[in-house]
Amino acid sequence: MMSKAAFTSGSLRYRLAVTLIGVVAVLTLLFYFVLRAYAAQIALQSQDNILNASVTAILDAAIIRDGVVKIDIPYAAFSMLNTETDDRVFYAIYQNSSLLSGYADLPFPQRESRMSNTYKSGVYLGVAIRQVTASRVLVGGDIRTRITATVAQTQDSLSGILQRIARNAALYGVGFFSLAVVLAIWATSSTIDPLKRLAESVARRGPQDLSPIVKPVPSEMTPLVSSLNSLMTRLDKSFSQSEEFIAEAAHRVRTPLATVRSHAEVTLQRVDKEENRQALRSMIRAIDESSRAAGQLLDHAMITFRANQLEYQAIDLVELARECVQRLTPMGDMRDVELRLETDTTVLVSGDAILIQNAVRNLMDNALKYSPVESVIIVKVRSEPSPHISIIDQGAGFPSDEMHALVARFTRGRNASGTIGSGLGLTIAQDVALAHDGTLNIGNTTEGGACVTFSF
Amino acid sequence: MRYILFLILALLLAPAFALDWEDQQLFEGNNGTQTLRVISNTDTAIFAPVIQSFLQSHPQLNIEYNVASSANVYSSFRSTPDAYDLVVSSAMDLQLKLVNDGFAQPIEDIAHPAWAKWRRSLFGFTLEPASIVINKAAFKGLPTPGSRQEMIEVLRENPEAFTGRIGTYDIRQSGLGYLFATQDARVSETYWRLTEIMGSLNTQLYCCSGDMIDELAKGTIAISYNVLGSYASARSDVADKIEVILPSDFHNTMMRTVLIAQTTQKTSAATLFLRHLISSRWSKPDTENVSLPPLTTQQDNSQRSIIALDPGLMVFLDAMKRKTFIDEWESAIIQQ
Ligand SMILES: Nc1ncnc2c1ncn2[C@@H]1O[C@H](COP(=O)(O)OP(=O)(O)OP(=O)(O)O)[C@@H](O)[C@H]1O
Ligand SMILES: [Mg+2]
Repeated sequence: MMSKAAFTSGSLRYRLAVTLIGVVAVLTLLFYFVLRAYAAQIALQSQDNILNASVTAILDAAIIRDGVVKIDIPYAAFSMLNTETDDRVFYAIYQNSSLLSGYADLPFPQRESRMSNTYKSGVYLGVAIRQVTASRVLVGGDIRTRITATVAQTQDSLSGILQRIARNAALYGVGFFSLAVVLAIWATSSTIDPLKRLAESVARRGPQDLSPIVKPVPSEMTPLVSSLNSLMTRLDKSFSQSEEFIAEAAHRVRTPLATVRSHAEVTLQRVDKEENRQALRSMIRAIDESSRAAGQLLDHAMITFRANQLEYQAIDLVELARECVQRLTPMGDMRDVELRLETDTTVLVSGDAILIQNAVRNLMDNALKYSPVESVIIVKVRSEPSPHISIIDQGAGFPSDEMHALVARFTRGRNASGTIGSGLGLTIAQDVALAHDGTLNIGNTTEGGACVTFSF
Repeated sequence: MRYILFLILALLLAPAFALDWEDQQLFEGNNGTQTLRVISNTDTAIFAPVIQSFLQSHPQLNIEYNVASSANVYSSFRSTPDAYDLVVSSAMDLQLKLVNDGFAQPIEDIAHPAWAKWRRSLFGFTLEPASIVINKAAFKGLPTPGSRQEMIEVLRENPEAFTGRIGTYDIRQSGLGYLFATQDARVSETYWRLTEIMGSLNTQLYCCSGDMIDELAKGTIAISYNVLGSYASARSDVADKIEVILPSDFHNTMMRTVLIAQTTQKTSAATLFLRHLISSRWSKPDTENVSLPPLTTQQDNSQRSIIALDPGLMVFLDAMKRKTFIDEWESAIIQQ
């Protein structure tokens, strides 16, 4: 598989959910505090209203009779202050600045405005009170006097109400928050869903499927999808272009080289002069070298290209090895080298047949090239421990000090000086092995011959 | 021995307190070690069975029982709050004011109907109606008044029979009398008409229900208004001479209330006594000493209006209001 895990930076779903829930939490807290403050204000307001009514009732009852102020406090003035928690009531009535009746030590608010009533919170006898003060001018005969009344009440009932409201507000808040969290999670997943579906549909595609995505997507995703589509179109185009190019290039290089070579060979037959023949021979050799190099280069390019989009199919390695051996047998016969197969009945792997054939052919080619005449090359195909092909020859093996450098491209060993080659064979085999998540092992047998193992 | 010592001490100290004790008694438990000091306006004779039944179940306690008029109970407790552990009084307004002004201790976890308690500090434990009590002999041949209106009529039609022979509370002296009078005045104008008539017939004024009942039994007075029916019913010795009438138009019903002093060191013992009072365990209908009518939660008749424990009670305690009311009352009742 070529797909690599993408780099992850956070999660959209997570980020969306956290943002939504965070917003909801802030809103809930805000709601709680605003509601509480508002309720407190209303509760205080209602206490003020009752105290106000009480003060007003007292002041209304004030009269001047025979030059003396009399206040016949109505029963309701105090009984209206009855609360569920039996709050305590204090009052004081003053004529100008002298006490007429009531609690003398009740703090008497300094009144800034004589016109409006004064509302004040304070402490009396060690408990918190709310106090309303109002005054009224009485005129009787030649007397003009100011009566001021102040009524205070403890705040037990108020704090009870506030506690209840706070508790209810907290309960509602928690309910609201949990509901919002559920909704946020639902909203998040329904928002993320199209993205997930797109990702799935792209992942399900075959490796050759570079057709544009036609399923409708939400408008926010159209830029992504359209750039994806245009990327795939370009990719498709460039793939087919390079394929054509490689085929074309191979053809265009090899054909003229073959023509030149056949001309050179014909000329060699005709020429007698030894130095001319020598020149022609090295010419033919150079042509062979270029032809080989061109072939190997194009193969290598083809492999690099195909490795990007492997076409997997079931392959019987035994069958594949047998074909290669058959094809190379004439070459072996020329040097009296026997290619001997030692195989299990079938060794099935999944992979790209063309690439594997190419790799195996290169390895056999090496064995033929670097082993002496009248020797045996053993080709083993086994499925244990993992499916592999080993090619063992009876040559001198890899020069041990160069062994690992030889896989690199264009690298040839000391022992290769007499042979035609470009130094790409092992590179191709190695690239094919890596593309199939396999390995290429090179080494020498104890007898000295080279042993190369291509395993999956 | 302790009792005598205590009496001597009390007698010696009495002038120093400058307080008119109507009675002072120490009730001792079988092995009493701690003494609860109770100040009350309920006559010892009536309250004794309540105390005794308490000491039977709590023999480790003693109860010092001090009796004074409701006004004195209030002023004495207010001036020396740490001299008493519990305050029992029939003057609901004065008791409520003591609580309002912070002299009482809130007691938690007492199951009691909301209308019979205030601030978890003041607990009503009896329901006692204000009633008309008559001398049966004096009313021979006359219609028995069943309501205020009928009382006005019978007085108006027989002035010669009743002149100087009507009794009621002197509301200047009696806190309970003042409470009944003010509540009457709140409910109906009839009160003032009745007071006018009573004033015109030279009504006798009394400090306490007990005195009125004595005089009624003797026949010195023929009828008294706003007496505690409970006191009259408790007096088995005079039961055949007098009759208790609950006015059918309405009758104010007072709750005798108890509170525990804020300053007391004996809260838990005092709470035991308080629980005993409100539990009505002391009331045994089969015994002869049925003294106080216990607070019962079901309201048996609609005429009964229980005086509500609410801050309104403090209105008539306002100095100016009180003076206005008493001036009006005096001008009605004292006409010579
Ligand atoms: N079977 C072998 N025995 C000994 N040496 C070998 C063997 N196979 C490869 N080599 C050494 O490894 C070198 C690299 O091999 P590679 O196949 O990459 O290049 P090449 O055979 O020289 O050229 P070509 O690209 O034409 O195959 C060879 O030049 C040779 O020195
Ligand atoms: Mg090679």
